[in-house]
Formats: sequence, C-alpha cells, structure tokens
Amino acid sequence: MNNKTKKFIRNKAIHFIVLMFAVAIFSFILLELSPIDPVNAYLKQAVVSPEQRLILEQYWGVNQPLTTKVWGWLSNLLQGNLGNSLIYRVPVVDVIVERFKASFVLMIISWIISGFIGFGLGIVAGKNKGGWIDKIIKLYCYILQSAPSFWIGLVILIIFSVELGWFPIGLGVPIGTVSTDATIWQWIARLVLPTLTLSLVGVAPIAMYTRNELVNVLSSEYILFARARGESGWPLIERQALRNVLLPALTLQFQNFSELFGGAVLVEQVFSYPGIGQTAVAAGLQSDVPLLLGIVLISAVFVFVGNLMADILYYFVDPRIRENENLDRN
Amino acid sequence: MSKLLEVDKLSISFSQYVKGLEQRELKVISDLTMDVNDHEILAVLGSSGSGKSLLAHAILGILPLNAKVSGSMKYKGEELTEELKEELRGKKISFIPQSVNNLNPLMKVKEQAIGYIEDESEKEKIQKKQREIFKQYDLSEEVDEMYPFQLSGGMARKVLISTALLNDPEIIIADEPTPGLDEKSVEETINNLVELKENGIGMILITHDIYTAINTSDRIAILYLGYVIEITETKNFSGHGENLLHPYTRSLYQALPENDFKLTEGHQPSYLNIPKGCPYHENCPNKTDKCDNILPELKTIGNTIVRCFNPLDGGD
Repeated sequence: MNNKTKKFIRNKAIHFIVLMFAVAIFSFILLELSPIDPVNAYLKQAVVSPEQRLILEQYWGVNQPLTTKVWGWLSNLLQGNLGNSLIYRVPVVDVIVERFKASFVLMIISWIISGFIGFGLGIVAGKNKGGWIDKIIKLYCYILQSAPSFWIGLVILIIFSVELGWFPIGLGVPIGTVSTDATIWQWIARLVLPTLTLSLVGVAPIAMYTRNELVNVLSSEYILFARARGESGWPLIERQALRNVLLPALTLQFQNFSELFGGAVLVEQVFSYPGIGQTAVAAGLQSDVPLLLGIVLISAVFVFVGNLMADILYYFVDPRIRENENLDRN
Repeated sequence: MSKLLEVDKLSISFSQYVKGLEQRELKVISDLTMDVNDHEILAVLGSSGSGKSLLAHAILGILPLNAKVSGSMKYKGEELTEELKEELRGKKISFIPQSVNNLNPLMKVKEQAIGYIEDESEKEKIQKKQREIFKQYDLSEEVDEMYPFQLSGGMARKVLISTALLNDPEIIIADEPTPGLDEKSVEETINNLVELKENGIGMILITHDIYTAINTSDRIAILYLGYVIEITETKNFSGHGENLLHPYTRSLYQALPENDFKLTEGHQPSYLNIPKGCPYHENCPNKTDKCDNILPELKTIGNTIVRCFNPLDGGD
C-alpha cells in the first residue's frame, strides 16, 4: 500500500467519524427540540395516574438537562446500543437489519437498472443530438425529473396492479403469511413494481448527465482530430468517447445514493413494501424516537458509502490521477 | 510538380442569432482561392482568431453542421466531394492539429496514433510502422504507453506529426504547429516540416507566425478579414519588400523589427463589419474611390496573385 492510499484511507476514516458524531448529536438535539414526548409515545394514549406518569418520566429521563441526555445517547451508541423500538418492542438494531435487507435489494437492483438504462439512453441521445430520438429521450427525462416519485409509483400501481392485475398491490408477502413462509416468487412479485418505479425515476438524472457529457466530449478538439484522421460513426464513439463519459457518469451514479434512499422512502410507502423507508415513515408518525435516530444513522452510513465509492473511482481509476500516485511512490 | 489541391472561391459562413430571432451572417472565409503542389509548402498567414483553422476543416470535411460552405475544391484535378473527403481524410490528406488538447486524455498515445483498424493483421502492420515513425522522431517505446498529459510540449508535437505520417499522406495540413514551443522545438518542428516537403509531400501550413511562414514555406497566402489578398513567393519577403504587391502585405513585412519597424496606422476591422468594397480600404494609403465600393478580383501579376486595384510596384 502506498502513501497516497494510506492518506486516502486516513482522511476518509476521520471524515466518517466526524460525520457520524455530527449526525448523531444534531439529529438527537433536533428530536429533543421537537414536541415529541417519549412518555406519550410509549403510552399510546393509555390512561395512567399522575404518579405512574412521574415514574415513567423519571425512567425515560425526561427532565434531565440536554447535555446529560446527549452524553447518555452517545455513550450508549458507542457500545452499539441503539435502544428499543417503541413500535416493535424489539431492539432497534434488529428492526433496522431486517428492514434494511429488504430495502437494500430494492435499491441495489434499481440502482443497477437505472444506471445501465440511463447511461444507454444518454449515449443514444447525445450521439443523435438535436434529432427526434434525442428530443424524445429529453422529454421523457424532463417529465420524470419533474414528477414526484410517489406519484409515478401511484401511476404504476394503478396501471399494473389495479387495471391489468399483473402484480399484487403491495406488502412484502401475501396477507396472512408469515414472512419466513413466503415463497421466493411471492417475494419477487412484490419487488417488481417498486423496483420499476425507482428505476424509472433514477434513469432521468444519469441519462441527462451522460447526454450532456457526451455532447461536450463530441465537440472537443480530440474528437475533431479523430474525425480528421478518418474515424467516424459508432467506432469513433466507442473508442474515443465512451471511456471519457463512463467515469464521470459512474461517479454521479454513486453520488446519487442519497436520492435513491429518498426515493425508496416514498416508493416503499406507496407500495407498502416493508423496507427501511416505510419504517422511517412509521417511526416518524408514531414518535418512535430510538428507531428514527437509528434510521437516520444508517442512512448517513449508506450515503457516505455511496460518496466514498465515487471518490475511490475518481482517485484510482482515472489514469491522470493514477499517475500522480506513481510519482509519489518514486 | 503537379497540382495536388486546388481551392476555388471557397466561402465559409455561420448564421448567428443576435437578438431574439434576428439572424446575422458571420463570414469567416470569403472567396478563397489557392492551390498547393507536391514538394511545396504553402503558408496561409492570417491574424489569430481569424478562423484559419476552418479552412483546414473545410478541406477535411469536418466543419460543424451549421457552417455554410460555397465554392469548390479539387484533389488532383478531381472534384473534392464530401464522399471523397471522407475517403481521403486520415489517409491521403493528413492533419496536424494545434496542441496536445487534440489528443484524447484517457487514451494511450499509441492507440490514438494507429487509429481505428478492424483487421488484426493490418493493425499489427500499422503498429510496426508507428514504432518506426516514432523512432524516427526520437520517441522511445515508453512513449507508446503514455497518456497525453505525460508528454512534454515538444514530445506532443512530435506525436502529432507522427500520427499524420502513418498512412503515407500526399497532402498535410498543419494548423499552427509552432506556437507555445520553446525556440529549439520550433526549429526542430520547422526542420521536420521542410523534410516532409523534400520527401514529396504538399503541405498547407496555417499560421499566424510570420517567421514560421518565412522560414518554411515556398509560397505564402496572406489572409485579411477572411479574404486572400495576396499569394506570393516566399523569397519576395526580403529586402524592403519591394516585390510584395499588396499594400497590406508590404506594410506587414515592413513592420517587422529587423526590417524597417515601420508602423502603419489603423487596425483590422471586426469580422462583424467587413467593409464594402476592398476589405483593406479603410487603412490603405493608396485607396481610390473605386476601392470603397467594389471588391477587387484576384489578378495575376508575374508569379504573384493579388487582390488590389492599384498594386504597388517594385519602387515605392
């Protein structure tokens, strides 16, 4: 391992730790400032006497000063203890692991599909800049870009589940089935529509970006020179432009992890898909503070990983930057 | 000596939107007539930013789609159509571009030099040749595997020249091959170009550098506002410029420090307002009423072609 890699890892590790501390502290303070009362959330409107209420308040530490609370939260967090979910009455970590798995499958498939299709459409549009196919692709992207993802989810749900009846309307497994009993096909059938929605939404930014990037590359001096030497058509793009467009596009696609997460929250809600996004909404609506904080942390990790991948690509794949690394070594 | 390329009354213009839907015609090259023979370097000399490069692009057929072109070109007496251009470019007609920016930053130098070849055995052959040519120009095997950003200015220039030679061209169009190079590299480049000419290549050397033009070429075509105003033998750029016939050419030559360092007042008008009549009449000391309104045609005087009603004579 050379110096540059070591330095990169060190910087990223520091970056990560600082980020997680900041997210943990600020999200905690924000929730603390909100009108959420953990006692009410726990009781869920059950009638209790003032004495019992006092005991509960003491148990939850409602009247402790803010600094004590933050300190308590951080020290528990460092020990890996995120507390218990008030809705599910199990440790937050267990809820997150289970739900995140479901979401992860949804997000990663959509990410790959939208990446491939978006890049492909961008290349086709950029190559035929100004032509009818470019206009159609651009129109498609503008519509998707400006339509909210939950709305697209609803439209897809209406078309494929309600009108055509091809897919179930929602939920992770059929009603009345325990999730461990559901067959893989039942599970996949319920994955199709949310994945489709997320993929459709994810196509727009990457397609537009790829298109513009290709248009820029095609008007560059080196493409002009390649044409002057007789290269033309698809081989010209494949040889001279694809690589130059792919790297920034892939970087962007990794940076889009945050959009992906945001999209998943809405789409899972529309399709009642039991993932981390739906759980986040439930936790928010039902004042499940420990679960909400846990989800905030895991989403921060997720987005950080996306950006990290983008950085790794940027630093280690581009030959121009790889070269500097060789210079460092010598 | 035979004529390799003839350009006849070539004009290139672009239409631009000015305000809203109001369009304006921007003429970059007007009525350009010239030719180049084998064993000859023709320098096309014009001020920078004057769209000289577009002349090269027009010959190669790689102008932007919105360019309007009129006039005709001939390659060895044959009409140079778009199809023929496509067939010739990169093969019989080669291009040496301006700078390292014309190389793909993410591609190895070798890959770019040999270009796109489908056939494997053909590719091997070209690869061998590429190595030979690179060696001629002192480019070691390491250079093959380098990316453009790893090349020095001089090396990049050599790579660009080498790429132009791979397919045994008959005509080379070199676009500003010298600016930005140190003196030694300029000299080397000039020697390389002259050597190519001596091997039989016909070259169009597009430049704004009058020294490069004088040191390399056999004839010089002088552009003013996109018009050829004079095509003259390079040897006429000597003494006090007595044999230069156009007032602009002569004052350009006389303005050089080692000649008379004589300044002529006035400056070249903008391309947006190319004057009616002779393009040079606003600054011309010898203009007549005719020059204000009528564009002079090119006429031949001895071995010189000049666009002027009252060309200067030897004395002045």
